[in-house]
Amino acid sequence: MLSSKPILLVEDDSVDAMTVKRAIEDIGSKDTLVRSANGEEALDYLRNETNKRPRLILLDLNMPKMNGIEFLKHIKADNVLKRVPVIVLTTSMEDQDILRSFELSIAGYVVKPLDYKKFVEIIRTISQYWALSQLPCTG
Amino acid sequence: MRNSRSILLVEDDSIDAMTVKRAFKDLKVTNSLAHAINGEEALSYLRDYNNEVPCVILLDLNMPKMNGIEFLKIAKNDDALKKIPVVVLTTSSEERDVVESFRFSVAGYIVKPVDYKKFVEAIKTIDLYWTLSELPEQDLGTKDSAKLEANIVS
Repeated sequence: MLSSKPILLVEDDSVDAMTVKRAIEDIGSKDTLVRSANGEEALDYLRNETNKRPRLILLDLNMPKMNGIEFLKHIKADNVLKRVPVIVLTTSMEDQDILRSFELSIAGYVVKPLDYKKFVEIIRTISQYWALSQLPCTG
Repeated sequence: MRNSRSILLVEDDSIDAMTVKRAFKDLKVTNSLAHAINGEEALSYLRDYNNEVPCVILLDLNMPKMNGIEFLKIAKNDDALKKIPVVVLTTSSEERDVVESFRFSVAGYIVKPVDYKKFVEAIKTIDLYWTLSELPEQDLGTKDSAKLEANIVS
């Protein structure tokens, strides 16, 4: 049977987090969403072996305590954690952010639209692609 | 895909390459398709300044001379090449290949469906996703370089 690995959402804004959760439900996905409010919390979650390793990470960039780029540097330095695909989900369209994210080997960079319907379609596209893709069965 | 840059297909089998080309045409994907037949050729192509930097690399795994994993090891260690997203497109569903590929930070691993219609659907999903995603700008001089025609398999 498929192990029901969750999606880890790293997002400091609770309204944005609720929107992601709602969109995932609205597309009929049965994915569980686990949320961390910043990079540091996300690392704690990932390093705790009693937690289910996520199959995907949706990563905001602008967060307090530890932002998305810092978080990326940490997980990409970890031999096991680096295998989990990371998709940046942000309001930033800054070239620097895009470049630095891809240099840290992200698997997609998506700018959040303001319109909820468009946002749902985006979540649908992300969901379809990662349902098509194989994923490593780690630990 | 997102922009007008070319896509580099790294695939040794000419029939499989033709199938990708056909699927692109059927889906009216406007990006041109450049084709290298193994990892070594792909690296030469990428390192040649006369060639347009592709926006995405579609990578087969089992190829002679230099296979997909070997190519990944080199490309992902190269400061200029590592930022180009690589999507594995292979017949292999071996767990080991999947794990190794993600170890080298691929941005997707797709097992090629045998059925052509399903194959087209897969390419469509890939195209939708990489149109949605932002992509890093390539710092290669002017935008005129983007108008260079990429090599296309005849």
